[in-house]
Amino acid sequence: MLSKRIIPCLDVRAGKLTKGVKFQGNIDIGDPVEAARVYYEQGADEIVFYDITASAEGRDIMIDVVRRVAETIFIPFSVGGGIRTVEDMRRVILAGAEKVSVNTEAVKNPRLIAEGAEAFGNQCIVLGMDVRKNAADPGLPSGYEMVIHGGRTATGIDALWWAKEAEQLGAGEICLNSIDADGTQEGYELDLTELISDAVGIPVIASGGAGKPEHLLDVLTRGRADAALIASMVHYRTYTVPEIKAFLHGHGVRVRREW
Amino acid sequence: MIGIVDYRAGNLTSVARALESLHEKWVITDDSEKLDAASHIIFPGVGAAGAAMANLRERGLDGQLQKWVRQGKPVLGICLGTQVIFERSEEGDTPCLGIVSGTVRRFPAGLEAGGERLKIPHMGWNRVAFRKGHPVFADVPEGAEFYFVHSYYPAPADEGSAAGWTEYGIRFCSAVAKENLVAVQFHPEKSGRPGLAILANFCRWGGRYAQ
Repeated sequence: MLSKRIIPCLDVRAGKLTKGVKFQGNIDIGDPVEAARVYYEQGADEIVFYDITASAEGRDIMIDVVRRVAETIFIPFSVGGGIRTVEDMRRVILAGAEKVSVNTEAVKNPRLIAEGAEAFGNQCIVLGMDVRKNAADPGLPSGYEMVIHGGRTATGIDALWWAKEAEQLGAGEICLNSIDADGTQEGYELDLTELISDAVGIPVIASGGAGKPEHLLDVLTRGRADAALIASMVHYRTYTVPEIKAFLHGHGVRVRREW
Repeated sequence: MIGIVDYRAGNLTSVARALESLHEKWVITDDSEKLDAASHIIFPGVGAAGAAMANLRERGLDGQLQKWVRQGKPVLGICLGTQVIFERSEEGDTPCLGIVSGTVRRFPAGLEAGGERLKIPHMGWNRVAFRKGHPVFADVPEGAEFYFVHSYYPAPADEGSAAGWTEYGIRFCSAVAKENLVAVQFHPEKSGRPGLAILANFCRWGGRYAQ
């Protein structure tokens, strides 16, 4: 049986973490490479980087970050943000990332998923989904709507339909972020996670709302997620990765505990 | 010098970076003279079996691999590299190198474990029960896990060439050992410390293993 994956997520702008990550002695780390190294040593199963840089210059800096991360940690990591073409994907993958994630650009241009899967294999292509509950619109049978541009733009696209469509196009994994739960630290959106996870045959990473280990337990069991993304709860040292894993193990969830 | 066989099957630099962290010298090349000069051969790969075999043949590397294995040079297969050493793969019904007898099979649909539907590809961290006593798999901690990404798995004809097993709805062979050849279905270069330990063991290994 596979272990459930625990995945810290780091937001990067122009080569620096946008929120500091606090480690022993409350030292604030702004360097994404160093933060990745610490999480690697803590036993994180994978790392996700989101590049929120807008400029082309900033993206060159990100490629250098990816290269240095790949020299430092020996677990898979993915990079998302600003990936618009297969050529963008190639640069990130050649710099050492295992996977690339596409979100807004895939909604605008679904062929990007198929082209990426064709060029690098399905396992390389992660579909990032930002989803908001919208039960009022009859055009959204699942009651969940895709939003893009970091949650600013509603699309009228049904989230469940899009998840299945992206799987057909060749996405190898879905990173499912609830805009409603994101930043609340009050728990993942379990109904949404269960809905999508049951509907697709590819792994689903739950994202948005993690505040304590119980939230991961819920989403990895009731929500049927294959992996859970975490941010603030580890960045601010409220919990460490080993503490979270010990809790999950104690509640019967299989996690990787030897590293 | 460790020779990494370049046959356009995925990104080989992650293997090189892992070797770098172990302070091993490496070369990524499809030049068989350079690979001849290497003390050890690593044969990685990600992608489809058919394309991989076509690329190997085009570069004349299919015969070279068979030669290195025959010569007693330590050879390590990884992921797709492991699959193509068998006789045949169900992926596109592809004839492969036939260095180890057996076939490569697709995970059957509808696998379940503990009431949970198992997804294909098998992607993520899983355990490997290694056969005791092989120098390349020595000192791997009990319960260590390794990173897998695959939809097909090796099924050796001779149980004796299996050196590790993994459970994913079925029990499959995740590591192979035959004389100077070792081959793993998982990615040691992406499996944290236990993976690096296997790579380090391989780089120190002279290629001898009495079964």
